[in-house]
Amino acid sequence: MSSELNHLLSLASAGKMSRRDFVGRAGALGVSTAVAGTMLSTAAFADTPVKGGLLRAGMQGGESTNTLDPALAASDVPFMINSTWGETLVDVELNGTLGLRVAEEVSSNADATQWMFKIRKGVEYHNGATLTAEDVVATLKRHTDDKAQSGAQGIVKGITDMKAEGDMVTLTLAAGNADLPFLMADYHLVIQPGGGVDNPAAGIGSGAYKIVEHEPGVRAAFEKHANYWDSSRGHADQVEILTINDNTARTAAIQAGQIHLMNRIDPKIVELLKGNTDVAIERAAGPGHYVFIMRCNAAPFDNNDLRMALKMSVNRQEMVDKILGGMGSRGNDFPINAAYPLFDDSIAQREYDAAAAADFYKKSGHDGSPILLQVAPGAFPGAVEAAQLFQASANAAGIPLQVKLEPDDGYWSNVWNVSPFCASYWGGRPVQDQMYSTAYLSTAEWNDTAFKDAHFDEVMIAARGELDQTKRKGMYSEMANILRDTGGLICPMFNDWVEGRRNEVGGWIANPAGTLMNGKAMSMCWLNA
Amino acid sequence: MRIPLSALIGLVMTGLFVLSALFAPWIAPYPIDAAVGQVWEGPSAQYWLGTDTIGRDILSRLIYGGSVTIFVALVSSLLSFGMGAFFGFLAATRGGWIDTGLSRIVDLMMAVPSLIVALVVLSVLPLNLTVLILVMGVLDSTRVFRLSRAVAADIAVMDYVEAAKLRGEGQGWIIFREILPNAMSPLVAEFGMRFIFAVLFISTLSFLGLGIQPPLSDWGGMVRENKDGLVYGKAAALMPALAIAVLAISVNLVADWILQRTSSLKGGRGG
Amino acid sequence: MHPLIKLVAQRIALGLILLLAVSVVIFLGVEMLPGDTAQAILGQSATAESLANLRESLGLNQSATTRYFNWLGHALQGDLGKALTNQQDIAHAIGQRLGNTLFLAACAGIIAVPMAITLGLIAARYNGRWPDKAISGVTLAMISLPEFVAAYFVIFLLTQVIPILQPVSMVFPGMGLFEKLHAVALPVIVLVMVVLAHMMRMTRAAILNVMQSAYIETAELKGLSPMQVIWRHAMPNAVAPIISVVVINLAYLVVGVVVVEVVFSYNALGQYLVDHVAKRDLPVVQAVGIIFAAVYIGLNILADLIGIIANPRLRHPK
Repeated sequence: MSSELNHLLSLASAGKMSRRDFVGRAGALGVSTAVAGTMLSTAAFADTPVKGGLLRAGMQGGESTNTLDPALAASDVPFMINSTWGETLVDVELNGTLGLRVAEEVSSNADATQWMFKIRKGVEYHNGATLTAEDVVATLKRHTDDKAQSGAQGIVKGITDMKAEGDMVTLTLAAGNADLPFLMADYHLVIQPGGGVDNPAAGIGSGAYKIVEHEPGVRAAFEKHANYWDSSRGHADQVEILTINDNTARTAAIQAGQIHLMNRIDPKIVELLKGNTDVAIERAAGPGHYVFIMRCNAAPFDNNDLRMALKMSVNRQEMVDKILGGMGSRGNDFPINAAYPLFDDSIAQREYDAAAAADFYKKSGHDGSPILLQVAPGAFPGAVEAAQLFQASANAAGIPLQVKLEPDDGYWSNVWNVSPFCASYWGGRPVQDQMYSTAYLSTAEWNDTAFKDAHFDEVMIAARGELDQTKRKGMYSEMANILRDTGGLICPMFNDWVEGRRNEVGGWIANPAGTLMNGKAMSMCWLNA
Repeated sequence: MRIPLSALIGLVMTGLFVLSALFAPWIAPYPIDAAVGQVWEGPSAQYWLGTDTIGRDILSRLIYGGSVTIFVALVSSLLSFGMGAFFGFLAATRGGWIDTGLSRIVDLMMAVPSLIVALVVLSVLPLNLTVLILVMGVLDSTRVFRLSRAVAADIAVMDYVEAAKLRGEGQGWIIFREILPNAMSPLVAEFGMRFIFAVLFISTLSFLGLGIQPPLSDWGGMVRENKDGLVYGKAAALMPALAIAVLAISVNLVADWILQRTSSLKGGRGG
Repeated sequence: MHPLIKLVAQRIALGLILLLAVSVVIFLGVEMLPGDTAQAILGQSATAESLANLRESLGLNQSATTRYFNWLGHALQGDLGKALTNQQDIAHAIGQRLGNTLFLAACAGIIAVPMAITLGLIAARYNGRWPDKAISGVTLAMISLPEFVAAYFVIFLLTQVIPILQPVSMVFPGMGLFEKLHAVALPVIVLVMVVLAHMMRMTRAAILNVMQSAYIETAELKGLSPMQVIWRHAMPNAVAPIISVVVINLAYLVVGVVVVEVVFSYNALGQYLVDHVAKRDLPVVQAVGIIFAAVYIGLNILADLIGIIANPRLRHPK
């Protein structure tokens, strides 16, 4: 059953969608009326949330250095923990639509320079206080402040003024941005009492569960927040998030029933895990991608012919098959895929072409000295193997590519965004503008390919304020083509989320915006007895 | 001289490993870095030991990997042994401030967690085989130092050593003619172990990104590359692990034999 | 004063000086590593501005000497400070994890040391015959498996094929002793496998070495059984190298088991140290480093003492 149908089904059986609506929407997905009716009656029985129990997730991506301060969250486990005790104004739901959480209404003026968020009434923090519009402004201010150390600092920069009046928060922007609400879904921007200024790592928020115990890099234990506002979430009495960084141990733990949910199943073992009848493998095609990045201002990568030669010499299908175990799709050297709204799927897929690569290489006049690709095991899962496949296919085209293994330790500060050619990954963003302005605008802080193109920048700024969707799509298409043919990004593959769920866990809805239902699995899933 | 069967097996196996390592480019059926098959294929007529996590021939990688593994492990354990035993004996025979000085330096080196030492040294120095061997040799020599000092301290108070000292023999004589032969057994036994530890240590370093550079890979590194299949009975990770085990046992069979011969050299019984 | 007590006092004083030296070495080492805490915390999301902010609030813009002596001053008063990365109280975090480390090491040591020495004695007793060969072969094969392979192997065997144990070994305050033992069973099995061979082989070699001496022949001629000869006459003279190896392995069980901790998600000091080295979190690295060094130095003082007490010649130097 497709995950969308599943989602509709759970909405309908939870009474949030009428039977008639369900049959109509299911019909749009190619399900006949009779079948849809039967599905609904069986699902209503099977998919009723069960209250109680202890729901456990085992996750990769936590360290004992982690903190509960949402501003400093960077890896999967802190993301998940913060999403469980805290809530943002809005979040990104299935199909990239905007979901309303702390805000119950979002509106803007005509040129998208002013945005109004109406704050939901009666949202209560774990400490008993009530969430106010002032808290929202204080939270945003903490992340914008010059003294802030927030990972969201770049995101909230464009806001020139924020005001709280009654239950209304008004944000004023320097220039129009049609995508601003999506920026407010950023996981750093968890609303905290008083903005979390006094004690940013207190772990007190308005989420469905409150923290009882937290040992960083080991375990976070929660219990149900009794006065949580949304009765359709928070089914288990207690939830736990365990950090289990080792792939094999995590997989063994879910098979043994020690945990109910896990993130990041190694694609290589998916086939082997399918034999297990207790564990379902959940896939979601998302915007995350594994990349090799060339800095366009460093020799020899300042030569576009050489960049093209390297782009032509990647065997993308082989990488999708061998590195992702088929759980993903080929990339096309720009950071956007079908997971984004306004994606242009008519742009031709780049294929491995040794002869064309050799031609480009000859044209570049490169002196034949080894071209070093720096890579560490932690650059992305399978990075070292992917680099070796790249090396083999490039050498076959006569390009002297050579892999240099770097330590994981210090990779993100010493190699990434520093060395001329290295491996990296991007988790993607909810909308195209945010992805491009994070990493491809000439002046972006994280422009890790050192890509500078004045025309590209102009189109990007224009697209941001453009409210006509057709025109906007055309602009994004132009940008994609510029990047594909002149950029420093080699994007061989987009990786799916591949996660594990034991069969007794109900309420799963695939959400490609982030790991484990975009961080909401603990609040939205339940345990069938 | 009669060689016992076990020692013969050890010698032959070790010899085979060394030969295949020396002639790797001529023996290996496929290039080391070519992804020739599918992921984790089982053994077949085409790929005798199957293929690895990205479809490279395991047999070929084992043969190439053997030369790196054996070379690095052997040279670094010889180095650690030479250094460790020499300084250990020196400390035991001279005593006094030389003993105190050397022992404290070694204590300091061993007391700092080796992960920090390895990380610091290898991120500051350029990464190549020479540096790798030197670092491993020096780090490991501290262990050998402690053992040989302990053994030698026992021997140094023996009457025959006292006698040699009274005869006015030099430092070199006492170390090489009196102590070394009598300390040989535990040291030879230790050498076998050190060799295995060296093989395992390279794999740890490779995992940290500080070891052998791809596409070359040591055996321990190959185990790591393929470890995820282990729990599902994929043989890819077992092959290099098996190679390590067989090499380790072969080397130690030879060590045992030498151990017996050295004890008989001392004019004891049996042998 | 009894010379032995004087010796102990001397060694302890030396040990303390050594600890000071270790703290300097670790400080310099971490300083030499490229990158700093601020960069490590912010990682891929670092901007020049947020880096500068974080450095200032962590006090990283003070000079290295100032920071070292600040740390030393506080540490000497028993204040280990707070972790730079998450502001956790270090003494509290370490206390719990140190307990876990020692618990695991003790469980493994209690099984491995007597087992290794017994097996070593048996192997020496039957030198060259089948029990010797069997013991040597099996222990060698065990030790030549990299630790993580041994770990995955027991996970496969004891949680999947015969599901009696659990693959994730985390322990928490409030768990009963039996519950804890059940949780750590798998890592203990692996650690015993890892340290057994080394100690067993050294015991065997050291005993065989002593067995060549004339006084052993005398003892045999007196008509003592082979096991009695080994235990009463050979053992005391072989004790120094055996203790030396036992100590190295016990120290390893405390300070060197990070791989096992990672595989079984066991929340002890090794993992804690590695995480904080990666983040260049100096106060934590210092604290854990000093603890590891103290364990190591303490065990060595113990080994030297046992060696001296066991060997009459060393006890009364000429």
